[in-house]
Amino acid sequence: MVSVRSVTLTPSSLTATDLPWIIEHREDRCTLCGNCTAICPKGAIRLSHMRQRLPRLDVFGTQRGSEYRTFTGIRQETDPAKLCIGCGMCAMVCPNEAITPVAGTNENRTLFFENRKGEPMKRGGRRNATGPTLLDRIVFHRISMLTDPALDAGRHEFTATTTLGRVLSPEEFLKRTMNGGWIPPTREIFPFIIGSMSFGALSPNMWLGLLQGVAYCNEVLGLPVVMCTGEGGCPPWVLRSPYLKYIILQIASGYFGWDEIIRAIPEMQCLPAAIEIKYGQGAKPGDGGLLMWHKVSKLIARLRGVPEGVDLPSPPVHQTLYSIEESVMKMVQTMSMAFHHQVPVYPKISASTSAKAVLNNLVRNPYAAGLVIDGIDGGTGAAYNISMDATGHPVASCVRDCYLELAKQGMQNEIPLFAAGGIGKNGNVAQNGMAMVMLGASGVHLGKYMMQAAAGCLGNEKNRCNVCNLGICPKGITSQNPKLYRRLDPDKVAERVAEVYMSINTEVKKIMAPLGRSQSLPIGMSDAIGIADKAAAERLRISYIC
Amino acid sequence: MCRLALKTAREPFSPYEVLTAMEAMKEGYDGSGLGLLLRGMEFEDFKYNPRFPILSGIAHTEKAWYRMTDYMEEMEYELKYDHRFAMRPELIEAKDRYRYFMRAYRMPVEFRDESDELREAELLRARLALRNLSTEEDPLTIFSFYPDVAMIKEVGWPMQIGDALCLHDGQLKSRVCMAQGRQNTNYDINLYACHPFFIQGISTMTNGENTAFVPIRDWLLGRNLPGYVGYHSDSEVFTHILHYTLKHLRLPLQAYKHIITPLSTGELSRHPQGDFLTGLRQACKRLIIDGPNAVIGTLPDETCLLVMDQKKLRPSTVGGRDGVWGIASEICGIQAMIPDRDPSLDFQPMREHTVIIPPHRKELEIWSQYDRLPLPQAA
Repeated sequence: MVSVRSVTLTPSSLTATDLPWIIEHREDRCTLCGNCTAICPKGAIRLSHMRQRLPRLDVFGTQRGSEYRTFTGIRQETDPAKLCIGCGMCAMVCPNEAITPVAGTNENRTLFFENRKGEPMKRGGRRNATGPTLLDRIVFHRISMLTDPALDAGRHEFTATTTLGRVLSPEEFLKRTMNGGWIPPTREIFPFIIGSMSFGALSPNMWLGLLQGVAYCNEVLGLPVVMCTGEGGCPPWVLRSPYLKYIILQIASGYFGWDEIIRAIPEMQCLPAAIEIKYGQGAKPGDGGLLMWHKVSKLIARLRGVPEGVDLPSPPVHQTLYSIEESVMKMVQTMSMAFHHQVPVYPKISASTSAKAVLNNLVRNPYAAGLVIDGIDGGTGAAYNISMDATGHPVASCVRDCYLELAKQGMQNEIPLFAAGGIGKNGNVAQNGMAMVMLGASGVHLGKYMMQAAAGCLGNEKNRCNVCNLGICPKGITSQNPKLYRRLDPDKVAERVAEVYMSINTEVKKIMAPLGRSQSLPIGMSDAIGIADKAAAERLRISYIC
Repeated sequence: MCRLALKTAREPFSPYEVLTAMEAMKEGYDGSGLGLLLRGMEFEDFKYNPRFPILSGIAHTEKAWYRMTDYMEEMEYELKYDHRFAMRPELIEAKDRYRYFMRAYRMPVEFRDESDELREAELLRARLALRNLSTEEDPLTIFSFYPDVAMIKEVGWPMQIGDALCLHDGQLKSRVCMAQGRQNTNYDINLYACHPFFIQGISTMTNGENTAFVPIRDWLLGRNLPGYVGYHSDSEVFTHILHYTLKHLRLPLQAYKHIITPLSTGELSRHPQGDFLTGLRQACKRLIIDGPNAVIGTLPDETCLLVMDQKKLRPSTVGGRDGVWGIASEICGIQAMIPDRDPSLDFQPMREHTVIIPPHRKELEIWSQYDRLPLPQAA
């Protein structure tokens, strides 16, 4: 049957109440300055001219009909392509508090249309699961009071660094020291690491702001913070700078950026902090990196050795590898050799029920310097929504299992485990990180938290913003468009990085002091933590408290 | 808080002297237990050969007692001496104490000409095997099995336990005596949780809580080394770390301090053996202790030692004169043990010090972590 074309209706026609974010606009306050429509990254609002009929009742009049008035106002687009993402930039720039997005309380109908042109939903951000995480619910309950004089977080000396790198058993260390054998390289670092976010996913201003902040933490604050590049290399000048020692270079399945790195090796002033080989990512396990064409600018194309404006999907696995045994043998050893066995080389995998198998393999490889396990709550610049929301394994139990496995073998000091994915998801970064440490991690990686805390990333788990993949980041954090990233001042980012780390450092001491710990990071101090959830307590082998 | 006292003298003395020091420090503990270690043994009614291992412990029931004696016979340990305490059982709080024993044995013939290492390994094996003979109905507690060492542990006030076992009667004397006056009340009351702890002739006692206990315990258990078991008290790991340092790593005694309380990165960068010690700190990172502790110990050669935690949050004093030295958690404890010394020469070690009383007992050695470690081949 032929459809009635007089009504402009398509299957994906929606009204504002069907949308996840609804724009509230107060025409009485609006000055029609146009700032909101100019800044909206999605074009979700438009300045419209509208006509209003003014009915006139004139009993004695001779003329009939109404009068009309035309006026200008802000209207929300209902086309799913132009969906409001709730970033609130309109409210931020409005001089008159006339506009703001509010979360829709109706069902989110747009989800049914996130597959137009046969393309499933892709986005940036984290798993859209709200509420307190398991780590948020862990409390530090083993308080030393009468049995010990309490430590003073403000006055006593604390050692809260961790070791990145393979550590020998005491017997082997002594044997090699006496006989002049190879002692694997290690780094003493702050246990909160800025996790892998690539120069490509992040804007140049964001990335340099982070590096500047990291350098400040090391050189002025005395906090040995390191950051990981993510796949995609590093600006050539950084590779030849003394700041390289604060950087963990990542190699992933696309090998992007490694031409530049290899070429720079002879000219490096110092060695990088470590090399991370990414086999998996918690946000999209079993999938490769996905740098969308919008973000492949001239600079990024040069760094990665690719043409401008093309999609850069990394393969899910390293194409040259057949198995973990091979990968350990080939890649870890090769990378270690490239840096004269003076740089720790370790793999990063997504949390999984098979993590222990990988770990046991690493234990037997003398060149493997550690293992990063990235959980399901990890963030990403771009991935399919299905991967982010429904694929993966939570990090806590995975790291705990791996730690207990190492402890069973007496190897827990030899292969450091690092946890990533959802640390500080709800802002409790020091608490989350220290809970992971007490479960057995030697440290944690922070990605999304740093974007939120250091640069004001607006993304959240109610799917607010989360358009990192499109290069339209309204804060200029994940965009390669100079018009956008120039909104972000690298100096201000650096300042925030320093503030964040000073605060984490204080909170770490505030956690350690009442537990009576100050001499070393309480890795695996599982007697100090408890949770009011019997099943979780049993699974993690910590105490159940209520 | 625990109170600790150690006395070491060239001439054997009665353990009751150390109990008087415990009495002097009575304000600081709750009477929940006493642990005594005697080394350099002398028995009034037996000429003891210091090569004979002494088995000390408690048989809680008659069955347990026979299980122990049968086992020793089966293993062909020849009983040379069985010390009988003149008991006043009414002074003991616990009721299930069939017999306190201190029995000297000759080792089975196949071990007589073996190396000390093998003999020690056998004694450790036998001690653990005996410990495993304990059952819920017939408990058997084994404190030590080693030449020239005897131990007693009991619940109650130290003086009262001394009176109950008539330790003042001069039947039992030693050249070194360590006493500790409280059970570890952070965990369950258990005789094995009472200091001093013992493994292969090495013994330590501690005051204060070791807050890094669980990670250290997990690491030591992961070694799968014989004897690294128990851990009813957080302080037991101090003994095992000392044992691990000396017996497995074969490092000098001074390295113990570098393992349990390593210097900071800044201090190590200025140390003459900074690189080695940084590596050692990393390799032994899981053995770094935490919490306020004074660790007092003795070694098989009658060397005594005292080290403090990194922040020196617990007091401890060493004092004495040529031939007699005392270490105690309170100065009044030293005063009770060695009143005829020059108190102005008493020494309270700082965080970097290891106080060593060598077997000759002429003078103290005060070794600092900033000094060169006596390990030329590693430097």
